[in-house]
Amino acid sequence: MNPLAQSRPELHHAGRAAWDVARVRKDFPILSREVRGQPLVYLDNAATAQKPRAVIAALDRYYETGNANVHRGVHALSQEATLEYERVRELAAGFLGARSPSEMIFTAGTTAAINLVAQSYGGSVLRPGDQILVTEMEHHSNLVPWQLVAERTGATIQAIPVADSGGLDLAAFERMLGSRTRIVAVTHASNVIGAINPINAIAAMAHEAGAVVVVDGAQSAPHLRINLAAMDCDFFACSGHKLYGPTGIGLLYGKRDLLEAMPPWQGGGGMIREVQITRSSYAPPPERFEAGTPPIAEVVGLGAALEYVMGWDWEALVAYEQDLVAEAGRKLASVPGLHILGEGADRVSVLSVVLDGIHPHDAGTVLDTFGIAVRAGHHCAQPLMRRFGVTATLRASFGAYNTHEEIDALVAGLAEARRVLG
Amino acid sequence: MSNELDELYQSVILDHNRAPRNFRKLEDATTHAEGRNPLCGDVYDVWLKVEGDRIIDATFQGQGCAISKASASMMTQVIKGKSLAEAREVFAAFHKLVTEDLGPGVGRGALPGKLEVFRGVRAFPIRVKCATLSWHAMRQALDQLQP
Repeated sequence: MNPLAQSRPELHHAGRAAWDVARVRKDFPILSREVRGQPLVYLDNAATAQKPRAVIAALDRYYETGNANVHRGVHALSQEATLEYERVRELAAGFLGARSPSEMIFTAGTTAAINLVAQSYGGSVLRPGDQILVTEMEHHSNLVPWQLVAERTGATIQAIPVADSGGLDLAAFERMLGSRTRIVAVTHASNVIGAINPINAIAAMAHEAGAVVVVDGAQSAPHLRINLAAMDCDFFACSGHKLYGPTGIGLLYGKRDLLEAMPPWQGGGGMIREVQITRSSYAPPPERFEAGTPPIAEVVGLGAALEYVMGWDWEALVAYEQDLVAEAGRKLASVPGLHILGEGADRVSVLSVVLDGIHPHDAGTVLDTFGIAVRAGHHCAQPLMRRFGVTATLRASFGAYNTHEEIDALVAGLAEARRVLG
Repeated sequence: MSNELDELYQSVILDHNRAPRNFRKLEDATTHAEGRNPLCGDVYDVWLKVEGDRIIDATFQGQGCAISKASASMMTQVIKGKSLAEAREVFAAFHKLVTEDLGPGVGRGALPGKLEVFRGVRAFPIRVKCATLSWHAMRQALDQLQP
């Protein structure tokens, strides 16, 4: 048994209920379209997931019957919109297992959420010589915000190394932690190789050193059952659009005592208590961090997405996606000259490969002509590309509606790429 | 295999991808520029040796997909011996070829016939940047000579 398994209860399931993929597929209208004359095989879920009819209908319904600005409206539409907006906050807290809706902040997405933490929390606590720890497998959105605040405050940034297996080198992490470590920013699951990081083990070590833990949950929230009450990270960020919801909306969870001590990031309407010409006092969290008219329709759409996925049997979903990615790994390994990056890691259903002598873009174009949507490139993770000595990979990522037949289509498409491109 | 794929990956392109021509640094280059596609990480260096008004040698190095590498390779062949103005005209004609749906040979006066193999790129708009990456670097290198 993997010694870290106890920190990954989200992957270990007792029974194995069946996942009715045919029924789920019927909920996603886009899956019935054709691309280049072939049925769409959508394997780019790590970039964005498709939307179920419930989400599309909720957006329509909101604009057709409910559109109004939230908060302080005396009229019926505004009150309805406000109630719905705050109801989605409660749903989000329930979905992620936060203790209170007041710990959930609506943001434009994971990127905006991490920038908020970096600028507000980082900007107020970091001093020259303080240390921010990141990892070699971070998405640029969990690196660049820290670089910006490090430049402003004089803090330094170091990266926890990634082992060949795809996992983090926790022994190195332990050595890197010190009395000046203030922030550990780590992804829950890699957007490139899918590797799942043991957040509880990392958080225990970071907290021992007096640092807070910021978790990029963009790639874990769609694939693992998140329970923030049991996770003990200090901040957790995720995006609605990877969770089968609309673009332009994301969630930031922060522990209440941390949020209450943090200064605003952006100023404007909605985040104040009282405004004078030269100074203002601020509303408590979460409003303090939601300046301006929020993306109301997107929040409503996110609510529909959360209700939809909360209707799923997540134990069955996780087991199904784990089956998919394990089978994809096995079958892809049979393609001549194909290598899987970070092959040893426990992973969410995200997989990156490279092919000897074939650039990922060319393979991606061949797959595209078969209606197969994958992503080719550096996946906004250039340090991880360097770590594995590649410039780009071909990434397949599977969601709730993907099938075993689609894995066969992917493998056949790559065999064709080998034939066409030599 | 689809016709579009046939059109895109013609054997000439695959041959230049496998064995790129003029794939070396030009030690006595007159001008040099780098082409970088931040979206995909592809990067090429282009070196030109210019005497008077004429490009007398052109080389490149770097890494990227078959389309970008073959395009760079054939570009170095095609612009060698051309005047600076002619090289710019060839780029303009090549850009038209990969972006506009013209009939065969129409409106491509300056386009050397061998570059016609890139007409398949049109069906894949996302690949236009691949096909033109080294050409943009070439033009930038010329701009540095003729500000």
